[in-house]
Amino acid sequence: MTITEAHTRTYGYTDLPALMALMTGDEKHGPAATSTLDVLWVLYDRVLRVSPERREDPERDRFLLSKGHGPMAYYAVLAAKGFLPVDWLPGFGSYDSPLGHHPDRLLVPGAEIGSGSLGHGLPIAVGTALGLRAQGLDEPRVWTLIGDAELDEGSNHEAIAFAGPAGLARLHTVVVDNSSASHARPGGIAARFEAAGWSVLTVDGRDHEALYAAFTAPHPDRPHAVVARVEPKNA
Amino acid sequence: MDTMRDRFAPVLTRLLDEDPRVAVVLAEIGADGFAEALRRHPDRVVNVGIREQLLVGAAAGMALTGLRPVVHTFASFLVERPFEQVKLDLGHQGAGAVLVSAAASFDWPAGGYTHMAPGDVALLDTLDGWTVHVPGHPDEAETLLRRAVAAGDDKVYVRLSVQSNAQGLPVDGEHFRTVREGRSGVVVAVGPLLDAVLHATEGLDVTVLYATTVRPFDAAALRRAAGAAGTDVVLVEPYLAGTSTAAANDALADLPHRVLGLGVGRAELRRYGRIEEHLTAHGLDARSLRERIGGFLRTGGAVPTGV
Repeated sequence: MTITEAHTRTYGYTDLPALMALMTGDEKHGPAATSTLDVLWVLYDRVLRVSPERREDPERDRFLLSKGHGPMAYYAVLAAKGFLPVDWLPGFGSYDSPLGHHPDRLLVPGAEIGSGSLGHGLPIAVGTALGLRAQGLDEPRVWTLIGDAELDEGSNHEAIAFAGPAGLARLHTVVVDNSSASHARPGGIAARFEAAGWSVLTVDGRDHEALYAAFTAPHPDRPHAVVARVEPKNA
Repeated sequence: MDTMRDRFAPVLTRLLDEDPRVAVVLAEIGADGFAEALRRHPDRVVNVGIREQLLVGAAAGMALTGLRPVVHTFASFLVERPFEQVKLDLGHQGAGAVLVSAAASFDWPAGGYTHMAPGDVALLDTLDGWTVHVPGHPDEAETLLRRAVAAGDDKVYVRLSVQSNAQGLPVDGEHFRTVREGRSGVVVAVGPLLDAVLHATEGLDVTVLYATTVRPFDAAALRRAAGAAGTDVVLVEPYLAGTSTAAANDALADLPHRVLGLGVGRAELRRYGRIEEHLTAHGLDARSLRERIGGFLRTGGAVPTGV
């Protein structure tokens, strides 16, 4: 596997469907993959201060994909941004491929964590924020992406309830809400973050300008959550 | 005598002063000992509250930024409750940490089964790459804590207990130590059970090895001992009986040998009381050990009747 074409051309948002189409075999998680597409694109295109050249830079922003299910959109965005070669994508899920149906940080360039088992990204993101603070690295921000059904996992609530009172202002959580949780109440996601002292905004998860505005809204002294609502998984 | 855990906060407080990579992560338990350290290093002493999944997950995140997290609570809440975090947030992420437990198998018998973790070492045995220290004395605990923190980004488990031998021995964080030499069998005594084993084997012609680092298992030491004392091996472990039996078998795989694994039984006693009563109930007091070790070695090489 060589890095050839990927670094000789630039990919944009409109190329993502074609890049995702190169990956087959995980159609079960298709809805999970497309639900995150716009959030991932806006983050990597306009918000995160990270690039293939800065993968090891201590001052980089960290993005932790917690919802590791259906990572096609994630791989497509990483490929479009030059973190991994486009010619890796067709091997998706095969024995020799670094790209599994759940990502492995030791195999995927640019992946800050491996995920798949739900409810691990936000607690690790809390620790990442604490670790950066302890080393006086004040610039890097920490982002994690979770799903609305993933919020069922209690480990998230340990992290949410800690991070608010701890004032981890550099910590950001995007909840992609495709109404896939079996037991949920309207507004319940935002309410839980609010109750723990987070700044929370709820926006249309397909509207790039609305996402960008929510991602970059000021939230002094408190962590920030963005609930990105997309079409229901089972609609 | 002070306990191993009495040494934990003072040792870590010094390490926090000496090494800017060191961080301590707590879930309320043990937080009192770190009041001064917290004043001196408010960003490197973190108490996450009673949240053990976050305890391990946050430590992993800190490790990913380059810190050396030392994580502490009771063994049952450090290894058993957040086991998937130990497996994935540390192991799968390729992150290191030092997990320091207290309460061991039954340090607080009156606390009941919820606070007993005889299976902690066996659980870690399902994972790759863990170093496991089981000190038998507060002095040894201090040495092994320092070694654990200094071990790069390794995954290290340090199992502290209020059970202790009367005297500490020099420990190096790697090797078994020969405490007594004999010709008719090898007894491996782990951590705080050394005194009972020495008492139990008085007058028996056996080699006694003292193990304070059980993973990696010092196979070379066992083979050397077996070369002089024969391949009848008894393991005496302060956690689940048989935890190291497979490791001993592997060490002697190419030799005819016998292994008896003594330790804490699986069955829940549903008893409170005192540590000594639990040691006796599990057959780990000196008298029971002498009976069981002696019986096993006496039958060595004998052909069972009827065969």
